[in-house]
Amino acid sequence: MSNEPKVRLRGLYKIFGTDGQAALEHVKAGMGKDELLAKHHHVLGLQDINVDMQAGEITVVMGLSGSGKSTLIRHLNRLIDPTAGEILVDGEDVMQLSKSGLRAIRQNKMSMVFQKFALLPHRTIAQNAAMPLVVRGVEEKTWRAEAMKWLERVGLSGYENHYPAQLSGGMQQRVGIARALTANTDIMLMDEAFSALDPLIRTDMQDLLLELQEELHKTIVFITHDLDEALKLADHLVILKDGAVVQQGEPQGILLNPKDPYIEDFVSDINRARVLRVRSVMGPLKEGVSYEGDVQAGDNLESLIAISGGETGKTYRVLEGETVVGQLDMLDLVKALVPRISSAPSEAL
Amino acid sequence: MAFYDGMFKAFGLEQWCGEGNSDAPLSMADLLAKASGKGADGPIFPFPSLDNLNKSCGNLSQTRDLTKGIEDGFLAAKPALKSVLDPLTQPLSWMLDSALWAFAAIPWFIMIPVLVAVAWFASRSKGVTIFVAFSILLLAFVDHYDVAMQTLSIIFVCTGISVLLGVPIGIAMSKSDKLERVLVPILDLLQTLPTFVYLIPLIFLFSVTESKLYGIAIILYAIVPVVRLTNLGIRLVDQDVIEAANAFGMSSSQKLTKVELPLALPNIMAGVNQTIMMSLAMVVIASLVSAPGLGVNVLRGIRNLELGVGIVAGIGIVLLAVILDRVSKAALQRVDMTHVKH
Repeated sequence: MSNEPKVRLRGLYKIFGTDGQAALEHVKAGMGKDELLAKHHHVLGLQDINVDMQAGEITVVMGLSGSGKSTLIRHLNRLIDPTAGEILVDGEDVMQLSKSGLRAIRQNKMSMVFQKFALLPHRTIAQNAAMPLVVRGVEEKTWRAEAMKWLERVGLSGYENHYPAQLSGGMQQRVGIARALTANTDIMLMDEAFSALDPLIRTDMQDLLLELQEELHKTIVFITHDLDEALKLADHLVILKDGAVVQQGEPQGILLNPKDPYIEDFVSDINRARVLRVRSVMGPLKEGVSYEGDVQAGDNLESLIAISGGETGKTYRVLEGETVVGQLDMLDLVKALVPRISSAPSEAL
Repeated sequence: MAFYDGMFKAFGLEQWCGEGNSDAPLSMADLLAKASGKGADGPIFPFPSLDNLNKSCGNLSQTRDLTKGIEDGFLAAKPALKSVLDPLTQPLSWMLDSALWAFAAIPWFIMIPVLVAVAWFASRSKGVTIFVAFSILLLAFVDHYDVAMQTLSIIFVCTGISVLLGVPIGIAMSKSDKLERVLVPILDLLQTLPTFVYLIPLIFLFSVTESKLYGIAIILYAIVPVVRLTNLGIRLVDQDVIEAANAFGMSSSQKLTKVELPLALPNIMAGVNQTIMMSLAMVVIASLVSAPGLGVNVLRGIRNLELGVGIVAGIGIVLLAVILDRVSKAALQRVDMTHVKH
């Protein structure tokens, strides 16, 4: 908590149109997206966004198409300029930067992975992966070694002299990730990075990202429209709707306590047993209870159902590593599996 | 009594018209009518053109006064224009003259292998190279080597200058919508203007003995496609790639040299190919204003009704055109291969 967030967005507004400032007044006075478009022909992109992104965490911004998530991520490195608001990176206001200052921050602090890969078709894989270093003017010997290192890390060694068009989509995106890693920046922006890939490859790539994150601890901002992906990756989940934040927080918390019918709709289709962890549904330790066995707080509920054989009368002791942190009643587990929307009337605890 | 007398009367302009009446020169049609003794009976309802109105009102100009006025205006502006344009375009004359001299001075047994080698390095295609060698030898065999080399040297210089000027103009145009709005009508004009019309103002400005006269005509005509296609090529570069370049902090010049130009290269090369073909077309017409080369023989064929001379020169031009087209297209394909498709 005492840590200063790596990236802070403060009261960020974006209105697309000829006179954003005038339209901003209407929005601040409470005008909605549809009304603004009908009356003033301006499109409300983002509305009063306040998000803190902690260093070393994956912040996932989720929303349906048109919710403003791609617009949001482009504000962080100012590929899009906001109509109003502050963007603080390491406490420095990105809005105050000069052109060269902005270039420096793009070169040294943030790297980006794109939905459509955006590789240079006329350059080899190695040259593509080394692009951030070439831009900085690093000499060939250094950039080649760096590029090779990261290409190998994402499983592409041997392809360095191929061209992007010779690679499959999944491999191209690996190059995209290698390129972002070669930049060696603290912050990685991933704009629907895996959305163009087929489901199996997507799972591979998510695992690769989590694996890399384990050792590199980057500050990752990940955009997706896929809730499963969001829940798998997120340390901090931000849900956008019509350019505004509907709910943000720890993903398990959002899943168990959706604040809004929109989010309830979203989460109702999820395989909760696979996403929810013991930590989120366990209760405090009670006296005089006999435990069937020990489980880890990080286990998902699916594995617990397998252990218990589906019996609801059992209770387990929950460990976080070696220390006892609570107990889990299988009955609570079953309750948690049902989305809140249908259990709302009997919600008495 | 002319048709529009009544109209001027109705407006009360009779007085004003009358002052300068009848001193306008007669038109050819009027003279003929007079000579044959008939009255100048025009159509029942003549179009109110300058000439017809002039018959009723001598104070209005005739169309011939208008054309005369344009000519006078042009002649009046000529010294000023010339003093600016002459020194600016003088290097063009030198370049053309020295290219013509060089192509003539280098003996054929060096020149032909050099040209064939150029064809090979540009196209890397055996078929094209053999065709180039065969065509040049054929031209030389029918004693058209010298004129063909003159045409070729003019094309080299004019295409080179067109590319040197056209690519930067195209780049600037792709960066600024305002500039594009200004330049597109000018390019349209240059492209639609009949090729002969170029020559009219140029003949007034420069003397026919100067080689820059035809040089300018050729460049004005041939520069259009390379400008257009450079502009188009850069505008067509994938926006996602441009965004990636921005996201990694490329400066504008890095973006241009590392991303935009390489990706636009196939389009630019297509423009260069068109530029070459158009300068060949113009160099033939420019023989009217003293451009040397195969065109002169074509002109001789037309003027003196020397059918054979004209046809042989015409076939020579076709051979040159095919050579230039095949070599530049093969080069274009090679560029396309190494940079985009694999």
